[in-house]
Amino acid sequence: MSIFLTENSKVVVQGMTGSEGMKHTRRMLASGTNIVGGVNPKKAGQTVDVDGQDIAVYGSVADAMSSTGADVSVVFVPAAFTKAAIVEAVDAGMPLVVVITEGVPVHDTAEAFAYAQKHGKTRIIGPNCPGLISPGKSNAGIIPADITKAGNIGLVSKSGTLTYQMMYELRDFGFTTCVGIGGDPIIGTTHIDCLQAFQDDPDTDAIVMIGEIGGDAEERAAAYIKDNVTKPVVGYVAGFTAPEGKTMGHAGAIVSGSSGTAQAKKEALEAVGVKVGKTPSETAQLMKDMLAKS
Amino acid sequence: MEYQAKELFAKHGVPVTLGTVIEKPEDAPKAAGDLGGKVVVKAQVKVGGRGKAGGVKLAGDPAEAEAKAGEILGMDIKGHTVRRVLLAPAADIRDEYYFSFLIDRANRNYLCIASVEGGVEIEVTAEENPDAVAKVSIDPDKGLDDAKVDEIVTATRFPAEVADQAKDVIRKLYEVFVEEDASLVEVNPLVKLGDGSLEALDGKVTLDANADFRHEDHAKFEIAEEADPLEAAAKEKNLNYVKLDGSVGIIGNGAGLVMSTLDVVAYAGERYGDVKPANFLDIGGGASAQVMADGLNIIVGDPQVKSVFVNVFGGITACDEVANGIVQALEMLGDSADKPLVVRLDGNNVAEGRRILDEADHPLVELAETMDGGADRAAEVAAQVAKA
Repeated sequence: MSIFLTENSKVVVQGMTGSEGMKHTRRMLASGTNIVGGVNPKKAGQTVDVDGQDIAVYGSVADAMSSTGADVSVVFVPAAFTKAAIVEAVDAGMPLVVVITEGVPVHDTAEAFAYAQKHGKTRIIGPNCPGLISPGKSNAGIIPADITKAGNIGLVSKSGTLTYQMMYELRDFGFTTCVGIGGDPIIGTTHIDCLQAFQDDPDTDAIVMIGEIGGDAEERAAAYIKDNVTKPVVGYVAGFTAPEGKTMGHAGAIVSGSSGTAQAKKEALEAVGVKVGKTPSETAQLMKDMLAKS
Repeated sequence: MEYQAKELFAKHGVPVTLGTVIEKPEDAPKAAGDLGGKVVVKAQVKVGGRGKAGGVKLAGDPAEAEAKAGEILGMDIKGHTVRRVLLAPAADIRDEYYFSFLIDRANRNYLCIASVEGGVEIEVTAEENPDAVAKVSIDPDKGLDDAKVDEIVTATRFPAEVADQAKDVIRKLYEVFVEEDASLVEVNPLVKLGDGSLEALDGKVTLDANADFRHEDHAKFEIAEEADPLEAAAKEKNLNYVKLDGSVGIIGNGAGLVMSTLDVVAYAGERYGDVKPANFLDIGGGASAQVMADGLNIIVGDPQVKSVFVNVFGGITACDEVANGIVQALEMLGDSADKPLVVRLDGNNVAEGRRILDEADHPLVELAETMDGGADRAAEVAAQVAKA
């Protein structure tokens, strides 16, 4: 098994015909994702040849769903139109919307998330995230597929490249699903959502959780782990050297006063028995040691 | 800064006295005279606590305003040099309140925090008298309706004589919050004046840079000379760069990996007399030769940098492209690139990437096998260069 994304997932791409959309549609197809269509109201009815496969373009998410049975949408539309793209997918009843677009205004994300909570059962992942991959089954987003394999570790991370780093370090063990939840102040799917799903997934034996400075998501995840997660968890937190008041690349990665520090997050995780590595490699080693013992 | 927040308040009809911003003490007498003579001279800096630091002073007449402006201009407040002061007419304050709207990350909605005990930091009030702090959540999809405004006024316990005015101010501040794409709108204090009217006496607005595309007028709030010159140069090249105090220059791809690289370098640096990272620089997914050259150029321009650690995990980017980027960047920079580079590549096409760097055999470039190993080596080299 895997979480959120399986070999049966049927994926549509909102913004497929743009340059980023095309590039990553090609990559997703190459890694075995079942892409059933693209969405672009201006190109409805056309088909696009992606490396020899004809992919149909639909005028709306609703059309794409009724024609193909799609149950996952990956969003590449520009930041200015991302809120509308999410709302459209929610209105169509899309179960999973993976928002890759970066630079989305936080008010737009807040409004889209609140709308989704009220008007449907859509799970949003992102925005500003690399998406998720269930290796060997499906890949929804921009995570490289060839750096790891299927296995029994679950991975949840705020950072894209640290996700890749960890997938690569643990490539001999492999993963059920790797989820990049994104580093924006408001995100659709949190560490806790993923921890819960990994806990419930019979094929996931252990979990790696990667966090970074800003907010208190890691502290809340620690509290959740204490009460709800029985599977072993190892953690990593980035940003110990980040100065106060400076945004470190991700819009949400900022230490404000004494809150949001890496040290506080590390301590919160360790207090509930999560082993936290000092470097990504040390974190991977903690996981390897743990798996070797079990 | 305060005067900028007040401009945004005024734009949306929040009651405010703009006052006059000056940069030279000799401009104070005229400005003070125009404002009625008796003024408050307030340092304009991006950090809080300026009152305690001596950055806010009352002047009884225009001559005193010049003297006070002279004292405050050039002052250092928590590492920020005061380059501007705001002169505002001395207000007849009867009562002070606190009011803010902000993005609530944990609950993924908006939050209003308000108190009838204003004029002090809200964190202090929350600590000492938590009952005096009202917190009201707002559904971003629904927005601020009349019922929500009433709820805020009731929860805050605004006195009856200002309740109606408070409702109006709250609606206008919410307009600032939403229409200006602010992640924080804070008024502290919101005051009741002698004539019973409310006024935003001091405030702070944090704007969301992601929304700059729909706010052309927000560019004027960025004051170039306040930024670090290297940060300003990086911004011009669209590079995500933050200047730090150490000696190991850092280039990486992806915000999380770069943050992690800083930590790993600092951790390794403990073994070499506390060597620390010199900067954060994320060159993003597609690391072209030009982007690599731009990044290296900024970093070698930092006189504190003694060595550079390039840490790239090829996810979308292929390592051979990064390696070519490094080689071409060094060619472009020529003699101005004079600092040893430790390069760690992993992931997509790593063998080809390493081969390209081996073949180029650039005297300044050294390859590292792992991220931890590269960080250690870069810290060691920085320590050696510093000693030499």
